[in-house]
Order: sequence, then C-alpha cells, then structure tokens
Amino acid sequence: MCHVSPALFSAGLQNRQESYNVVDVETAATYQRPAEGLLCPFYLREASRPQPHQPATDSNMPQTVSKKLGFIGAGQMAEALARGFIDRGVIKAADVHCTDPVQARREVFEGFGCQAQTSNVDVVKNSEVIFLAVKPQYVSVVLKEVKQYLTDEHIVVSIAAGIPLAVMKESAGDDKRLVRVMPNTPCLVGETASAMCLGGKASDADGDIVKTLFNAVGSIFKVDEKLLSAVTGLSGSGPAYVFVVIEALADGGVRAGLPRDIAQQLAAQTVLGSAKMVLETGKHPGALKDMVTSPAGTTIAGVHELEKCGIRAAFINAVLAASTRADELSKL
Amino acid sequence: MPEQISKKLGFIGAGQMAEALARGFIDKGVVKADTVHCTDPVPARREVFERFGAKSENSNVDVAKNSEVIFLAVKPQYVATVLKEIKQHLTDQHIVVSIAAGIPLAAMKDSAGDDKRLVRVMPNTPCLVGETASAMCLGGKANDADGDIVKTLFNAVGTIFKVDEKLLSAVTGLSGSGPAYVFVMIEALADGGVRAGLPRDIAQQLAAQTVLGSAKMVLDTGKHPGALKDMVTSPAGTTIAGVHELERCGARAAFINAVLAATTRADELSKL
Repeated sequence: MCHVSPALFSAGLQNRQESYNVVDVETAATYQRPAEGLLCPFYLREASRPQPHQPATDSNMPQTVSKKLGFIGAGQMAEALARGFIDRGVIKAADVHCTDPVQARREVFEGFGCQAQTSNVDVVKNSEVIFLAVKPQYVSVVLKEVKQYLTDEHIVVSIAAGIPLAVMKESAGDDKRLVRVMPNTPCLVGETASAMCLGGKASDADGDIVKTLFNAVGSIFKVDEKLLSAVTGLSGSGPAYVFVVIEALADGGVRAGLPRDIAQQLAAQTVLGSAKMVLETGKHPGALKDMVTSPAGTTIAGVHELEKCGIRAAFINAVLAASTRADELSKL
Repeated sequence: MPEQISKKLGFIGAGQMAEALARGFIDKGVVKADTVHCTDPVPARREVFERFGAKSENSNVDVAKNSEVIFLAVKPQYVATVLKEIKQHLTDQHIVVSIAAGIPLAAMKDSAGDDKRLVRVMPNTPCLVGETASAMCLGGKANDADGDIVKTLFNAVGTIFKVDEKLLSAVTGLSGSGPAYVFVMIEALADGGVRAGLPRDIAQQLAAQTVLGSAKMVLDTGKHPGALKDMVTSPAGTTIAGVHELERCGARAAFINAVLAATTRADELSKL
C-alpha cells in the first residue's frame, strides 16, 4: 500500500510538471494525464520511489516489540511467525520460547536461536505474549492447563480457526487479555493476509503489539469478531482460489503453445506482480484494468472472455460459500 | 544474483517502463546510475532520469554512442525509425533490446541491419513495481552471452524466460495481458468480501494481499498449484466449499479462454 500522505505528495509536486505522458505499453498510444491526485503514478511522486512491498504500518507504531514471546505448539505456522518476527527485527530470537510434544520441532526453533521449554506451563512462565499455535480442538485444554499461571499482563493470541473469544474466555477466565487472529497459509512465505479481534481485557495497546508482530509477516486488520467468518471466506480460503487460477492460467499458456514450466512460472509471477501493483499503487483494481486494456487490443479480448464466463460471480460465490460454511462450523 | 553488469546502458525513450527498468537495475545494484544514459523528446522525462543519477543526452545517436546495451523504449511505430536513425552508429558490439509489443525481430533486422545483436523482450506492467513476468528471444547476431546479460538485467525487476519468437504471442496472452485478469479477480474477491459483510477497504486489501501471498507460495515452494490447493482444502471445510463454487462456474475454462483469446488477438495484430 502506498503511503504518501496528501500533504507530502502535494509538496513533492511543487516543482514537477503539470502533466505527464502516459504511454500504453501495449499499443504505445500516448495520452496526457494531469500530474496530480491519486491517479498520478507513485513513481512520479518525488517522495516515493518503487519499494519492495512493505506491509502497512502507522508512523506512530513501534517497529520492535520488547515483550518475550511464547509459542505453545511449534508447527509450521508457529515457525513461520517466529522466523518472520525475528528476520524483520521485531523481536530477538533469544526472547522467543516454544514448546511442542515433538522434540524435533523444538529443535527446529532452537536451530534459529529460540529457547525450547518442555511444558506449556514453562512457556507461559517465560513469556508475555503467548501464541496458541495448536490444533483448534486443543485450545481449550491448553488454556485450562495454563490458566493459573496466566496473569492479567499476559496477552494470549490464538491463531486457531473457528475458536471464538467466548470459548477462550471460558477456559482462560474473564480477566485475561485475549486476541484472536485469523491468518492464512501464505504466512509460510511471510505474506499473510490476516484479521484480528480483541476479547476479554485486551486493550488497544495489546492490539497494536499484535499488529506490529503480524505486519512483519504480511498484513493484518482489526475487525469485529462477527466478521471473522467473512475473513475466513476471503483471505482464509482465498489461497485455494488463487492456486486454481494459477493452474488455469498455466493451462491457458499451454493451450496457446507454451511449455508447461514456463507457462506456470509466468502465470504465478504475473499474479504476484499484479497483486503487488494493486497494493503499491493504491489504485482501484478497475482503474488498473482500464489502464492496461487498450482499444481492440489483446488484453480486452482476454477480459471479455472472463466476463462472458461470469468469472466475477464465481469469485463472489466462492467467498460467500466459504463464509457460510465458516458460520456453520462455528456453531457446531 | 544479482550480479553486476559492467556495460553502459542506454534508453531511447524515457517513459514509465524505461524508468521502472532503470530504477530497478540501479536499486538492485546491477548497474550504476552514472553508467545509464537516456534520451526523450520531453525534457521533464530526461530530468526524471537525471534525478536518480542517470545521464541524459539530447539525441538518440548520442545515447547509442554512449552505451553498449541499448533499450528501445519507444512506441512500437517508432522502432523502425529509431533503428534506421542510429544504424550507422551501431557496431557489432552493441546489444539492442526492444521492449516494444508486437515488433518482430525481422522488422528490427530490416531497419538495423543483418549484422547486429538484437533482443526482443515482452515485459509486463508489474515491471512498474519491480515484479515483471517477461520473455525474450534473440535475433540477428545476438548470442547466448548477450541473452545472459539481458537475463541478469531483467531478473533485477522480476523474472524472464528465453523462448522462440513464435511463442511471443502466447506470452502476450498470458503474462502480457494477465495483469488485467488479476485485477478483475481482485475486484471480484473484494466484492465477495463485501457480500459476506466486510467493509470495502478491508475486503480489497485482504483480497490483494491474499492473491500476492498465494502467488508467492507457488513461486517459493515450487509445488504444483493443484498440490497446494489440496494442502489447504480440509474435509467438508470452508475452502473446498469455495473451490466448489469456482468449479461450478467453470472458472478454469474462463481463464484458458482469456489467455487463448488474447494470444489469438496478438497473432492478428502482429500480421497487420
């Protein structure tokens, strides 16, 4: 997401041209755009140069967290989170404690500088922000086990799908700081799309700590708990939709004559780069689509096929169906 | 990667794509800014390049004289004119790289001569954010070493594959036009989020971030997208319910149709 504030942006424009040529890459038609406002490409803004994708951060949010972290459960997601937090310098490895029934998993954490404990209680005693990274069906059990060691200073963060704050409260007590996060699988590559909600005695400051941590591995938004089913349907389940699309695009490339491996790499890279354009330019996806569809060109021919097939409805249906299913599961 | 290229670069045309390429090459340390030369009819564009440390010239010929790898970043209809203009200043050491859509190597050869090192690249718009998906083909006297130089450069701003020229229409249909398909998908996913109750801004950010992260998983894990889909679809879960809707609507065919239609149109345009 591009973060040039309007004031900074205008200031940067003081000495710049009034308008600029936009060259359509496809047909190379040139037209004039005024060099102002949200339509001005980010790279023409003096204050902003192309940057690798950075997660959204508020200027007054801390970039490091001085709390000790604990992971109950040291599986893939826990490892991705811990590594991400450490690699981005938000916390130090030595301040991370973990436990897991599987010794090899504890050794993985030790391998990148964290400390392993042999019990859930020991993790709680040694940390201030505790991640519950166990299977959903074990969240209650774990919370009841550690309850008496949880103080009102501990922040308990659950990443378990479908376990509501009310259930966490029942097991942990009414007076605890609880945070529920719905991350998604791309956490494993440091680019999660996630949402969180606060419960129990968790404060906004606690929320900010969790935000700072998750911004190290992607993006996170605070929402009301009642929206978490929708988040599940969109970003929770979304990766599968994208995998289907990438495979289909690769099939399209093969259909058009490309070797499979090149088709798949081009497909995945195209999807990545295009998503990055939406995030970094801050432009509406419809406006971006307009920018790249030149008259009677190749791209509008392709878009026409998508529209003919009702692709937009397909995605809306997918998100809605997954959200509905998330609601059903949460009531079981 | 990234290695350094010790050649001087020239950009004939200093528009958006040229700027994105030059900035990308420099930011990744593949070339130094002061070894990059550019020219453009619009002084403001030359000034943009100067501001990030590149040098500007007043003519295409001066750029050709001051560089070893020359990027033709002009409108396709001007490629022939520019090549004819600089032809006598092109030695057999120059590498000429065209990023103009739809201009075949044969046309470049007509204008530049038979004995030049020619490279044709089909980049795509996300070059502007340093994540292009592109393909290249070699023509004239360009050799594999020249191809490696172009590869090193483009790997600084995304990825690039070498293909036979006859496949460039297919590349156009897939990665050239692909960004628009993705923009449509992101808007539709955001609409889905709103349909399910999310505020628009959060829905759109989650949608775009989900698409980015998922593509990164395919690229970083090297796993088959179908296998990745299997990994995240648990029995009777939310995700398989969503995937079922996509399949019901024939989403896969929609994307195959899109790539094919764009490819066919690229073929038609190349014959005009």
